[in-house]
Amino acid sequence: MSVASTTPRFKDNVHDALNDQRLQGALPHAKNFIAKRADAAVRLPEFEALRDSARAIKDHTLAHLDLYLEAYERKVVEAGGHVHYARDSEEAVDIILGICKARDAKVVTKGKSMVSEEIGLNAALEREGINAVETDLGEYVIQLRGEAPSHIIAPAIHVTRDDIEADFRRAHRDLAPDRDLSQPEQLLSEARAILRDRFLSADVGVTGANFLVAETGTSIIVTNEGNGDLTQILPKVHIVLATLEKITPTLNDVAQILRLLGRSATGQDMSVYTTLSTGPRRAHDPDGPEEYHVVLLDNGRSATLGGPFAEMLRCIRCGACMNHCPVYHAVGGHAYGWVYPGPMGAVLTPLLIGVAEGGQLPNASTFCGRCEAVCPMRIPLPKLMRRWREREFERRLTPPMARAGLRLWAFFAKRPTLYRLAVEPAMRALGRVGRRRGRFAWLPFAGGWTRWRDFAAPQGATFQSRWRARSGAVK
Amino acid sequence: MSARDEIFASIRRSLNVGSVDAPRRDAVAARLAQAPVGIAPRRGHGDASERLATFKSEAERVQATVAEVAAAADVPAEIARFLRENNLPATLRFGDDPRLADMPWAATALEIVRGPSEGDDLNAVSAAFAAVAETGTLVLVSAPDNPTTLNFLPDNHFVVVFAADIVADAESVFSRLKAVYGAGALPRTVNFITGPSRSADIEQTLLLGAHGPRRLRVVVVAG
Repeated sequence: MSVASTTPRFKDNVHDALNDQRLQGALPHAKNFIAKRADAAVRLPEFEALRDSARAIKDHTLAHLDLYLEAYERKVVEAGGHVHYARDSEEAVDIILGICKARDAKVVTKGKSMVSEEIGLNAALEREGINAVETDLGEYVIQLRGEAPSHIIAPAIHVTRDDIEADFRRAHRDLAPDRDLSQPEQLLSEARAILRDRFLSADVGVTGANFLVAETGTSIIVTNEGNGDLTQILPKVHIVLATLEKITPTLNDVAQILRLLGRSATGQDMSVYTTLSTGPRRAHDPDGPEEYHVVLLDNGRSATLGGPFAEMLRCIRCGACMNHCPVYHAVGGHAYGWVYPGPMGAVLTPLLIGVAEGGQLPNASTFCGRCEAVCPMRIPLPKLMRRWREREFERRLTPPMARAGLRLWAFFAKRPTLYRLAVEPAMRALGRVGRRRGRFAWLPFAGGWTRWRDFAAPQGATFQSRWRARSGAVK
Repeated sequence: MSARDEIFASIRRSLNVGSVDAPRRDAVAARLAQAPVGIAPRRGHGDASERLATFKSEAERVQATVAEVAAAADVPAEIARFLRENNLPATLRFGDDPRLADMPWAATALEIVRGPSEGDDLNAVSAAFAAVAETGTLVLVSAPDNPTTLNFLPDNHFVVVFAADIVADAESVFSRLKAVYGAGALPRTVNFITGPSRSADIEQTLLLGAHGPRRLRVVVVAG
């Protein structure tokens, strides 16, 4: 069983988010990513060709995933590492707990890992009396707050500087209460000093992986802070937790995708630290872990292969789709109710927790298409969301009123002549009534719309009739 | 059925393939053996002086600073000068790399410590395995020569790069690694480092020195 969701309460979550003044003050920061990504993409003339190259690499890998997995496993073992397989979250948690207990671990440091959120690892470690310490600054902040990440690469994007100051004063009680924390630099220094001690005292380090390389049996993490590296080189045991689709054939293939990852995520050509780890420390190495474990989690990925949502497995978790999503900008990540927010979360969540529980998320899209336009792996996110809507409809999970409305609309949409006969007089009438104000504050059957915003009055003629007139004029 | 067997069975069921499938196996073996290079951006390519110029400007774009010296023997004086000018303590740690050990450190007033970091060092110097012009990236490999902890624990990290080791792109680094460590093998840790440590987790404000070095000083030795 994976970590619990509030996704079925999505509508309530959205209303809460829209009315949360503090959250609404923090969310505009997410839009900063848009210009940064655009600048970075423009600076590399080969960017679009690299997107095609990366898509081809992933499609090839997924079509041969069993064989690349075998090759990867062989290489890890050759390098002295251990590979563990977990069908679901519970198995992954049990494997990690087993490794920690064998080493009598008291403190486990963690690099940023969304998969560890998916399996609820921190809670499981704490239940066993093991202190789990998030070391990415944003993850550390939300761990202090008892929250989940609201963004896959900027987990604390919903938190303001003032919130962080208050959290640090509450959590770091042994420091002088009158210390100055008014500047972001001071907050960073305090976290750095506190976490430095944790790094040096940790028994086990857990990281995720951006890539698992079949050619060499290598796991790769991509970070900016250096916390992932301190997590994996200082403790005696390094555990890598990753899902199956992270497998990438060769280092050269990784180089292709790396050129997209940083640019799409934060607008960086390269993130600061791209670290390749292969097995445990070697005989004469003065540092590095003595044990190296890889926990390969399936949790629904193998069943997704070859099916209608298989393209989602190309996702490299850059966050570009949510950075460019008007819905994400309006409500933030927590409203989505589970681990993965934004457009990628809207496709992935129903796959991982079921359409009955996660089915509302694919409806939270205007289908504006920005997510697909910026997705480095060219995942057709709107198409996949539409597929979920179709399934929701087929399985009668759509509310009765919406079903009735869709059926009515479909009846007319399939009969263009009838549609025009019905719509053209209606639009003319609405246009006449609304001409004076240019908009409606209330309309029958449209309360769901007009309760929140005005409905623009039609200009009279429909788009289709004007288009016909225009094409006629051109001919 | 073990978790491993079940996962492999599930993958093969989804892909509608068997475990013995010669053409698929051949395709995988060929890709692993040949490791084709895909799209190679032009930015990092050019002759040695162009690569050096690109490396320098890309490294500076990401807040590293770069000094150039004429010979390896000039490195200690350059590092001592940098520490003095920035009011930093005259201490320095490094590993067993003979390229560093053979430099004339005694000619400076620096207090030298050797071996992996214990977590409280202010300054360390490493010698790079290679550097990438395309992105201003330093490549360091784990070994007694250049302990990996030196890349992350000190506040100020100096990295010596020999100009001949500045290559065009990551693919060129991988082929150099293959030449040194053999096909399909790597040292425990290979670090690609592009600028000093940073975080933007506080209201998307860029701050340097999150957990790793606050300053990254590259010293390029002409060659």
